[in-house]
Amino acid sequence: MIPASFEYHVAKDIAHAIQLLASSGGEAKVLAGGQSLIPLMKFRLAQPVALVDINRIAGLGGIRENGELQIGALIREADLEKNPIIRQRYPIITDTAAVIADPLVRNMATIGGNLAHADPANDHPATMLALRASVVAQGSKGERVIPIDDFFLDTFTTALRPDEILIEIRIPKPAARSGGAYLKLERKVGDFAIVGVAAMVRLDESGKIAAASIGLTNVGLTAIRARNAEETLRGQVPDDKVLAAAGAAAASAAQPVSDLRGPADYKRDVVRVLTQRAIRKAVARAKGGN
Amino acid sequence: MAVETAPTATTTGPKLRRIRVTVNGAAHDVDVEPRTLLVHFLRENLGMTGTHIGCDTTSCGACTVLLNGRAVKSCTLFAVQTDQSSIATVEGLEKDGKLHPIQEGFHQEHGLQCGFCTPGMMMTAVGFLATNPAPTELQIREAISGNLCRCTGYVNIVKSIDYAARKMRETAEGKA
Repeated sequence: MIPASFEYHVAKDIAHAIQLLASSGGEAKVLAGGQSLIPLMKFRLAQPVALVDINRIAGLGGIRENGELQIGALIREADLEKNPIIRQRYPIITDTAAVIADPLVRNMATIGGNLAHADPANDHPATMLALRASVVAQGSKGERVIPIDDFFLDTFTTALRPDEILIEIRIPKPAARSGGAYLKLERKVGDFAIVGVAAMVRLDESGKIAAASIGLTNVGLTAIRARNAEETLRGQVPDDKVLAAAGAAAASAAQPVSDLRGPADYKRDVVRVLTQRAIRKAVARAKGGN
Repeated sequence: MAVETAPTATTTGPKLRRIRVTVNGAAHDVDVEPRTLLVHFLRENLGMTGTHIGCDTTSCGACTVLLNGRAVKSCTLFAVQTDQSSIATVEGLEKDGKLHPIQEGFHQEHGLQCGFCTPGMMMTAVGFLATNPAPTELQIREAISGNLCRCTGYVNIVKSIDYAARKMRETAEGKA
């Protein structure tokens, strides 16, 4: 399959990329890893008049811990998965990167693209909701930091303006006694999630849950934050009864539709089960386990 | 150096872009249309048909090549993106009439039946073994999880990659 014709521009730096986007009148797309965009263009579901290739911009592919974790938007999933800082201190991100598509796709695909594409089936959105992340956007009017709760507006639609580029993801430093996990049920390697659940918990000194955050993949028009499930956990000892209540709450927050990955009722029940397992794993990690 | 012109580019006069890529060590300067996918560039512009087109939808891995040493699906990459890059394809594995250890592995362990997935499997394996020279069976299976074999000959493919890993380690130790 051959995509429709387009103008191809290589951005030298961020300012150049913004200028190219601004001059296209909103008809250009940013080309990062291309692992979602190029398939869409081959099916002609996307026919941008121009692509702005940001792969050659230096300085967008780093990982720094600087009070908070700063992940450059261009970092490849394969590099994220292997990064030692991420592995040791943010294992929920390793969980997530490791189950995106397949190893060949992960050699190209970027974390920025996974978020900016805003496909509710993508895996990072739920994890970033759970991590209470924010994204940094740069455009012709300057730079702004967008809390992740305000970023996903609809399927394939984010708060990014047409001349803005997502350049960085910021994640708060992990608190003491906190842990997180991402679990994904998929039919086969490389497929999108039937359901994915990201959970972060912070325990107090007595072992009760001081704070929890839960994100759901592919059960709605965007990734969903299951606030009602978070509420059921606060101040509670994470025993089987409390986990069951949180699972039921997350299931009621999900808005799945029936499709080739299964009927809606089945997916809702998978949310219930995976939520309990993800919280259990997050709690184990908060206590220093794996 | 020869300048090769893309045959698809002459019909309605789309804007061409000159790229320089090194494929299996040889430099090529080629004018391509931006929408030309890397796999079509390799097969049609350079006439290197060892890289196969399978699903054409980023699923099967038959089109896998190494881009600057990393295994990628060449059906999901524009040729213009690879300007100034180094590409390795299955045609470059054999050197001076001597099979690459991965080719020897596929031969010795009967790693192919119909052979369609084989170039992609081998390029994935070469990229993988460069980062993990002593993999477990599970790691090999994970590494090829983006490559489909519709003959379902995975057991022998895994054995072939393990054979190549052992052979390459022995060679490396022999040199040390």
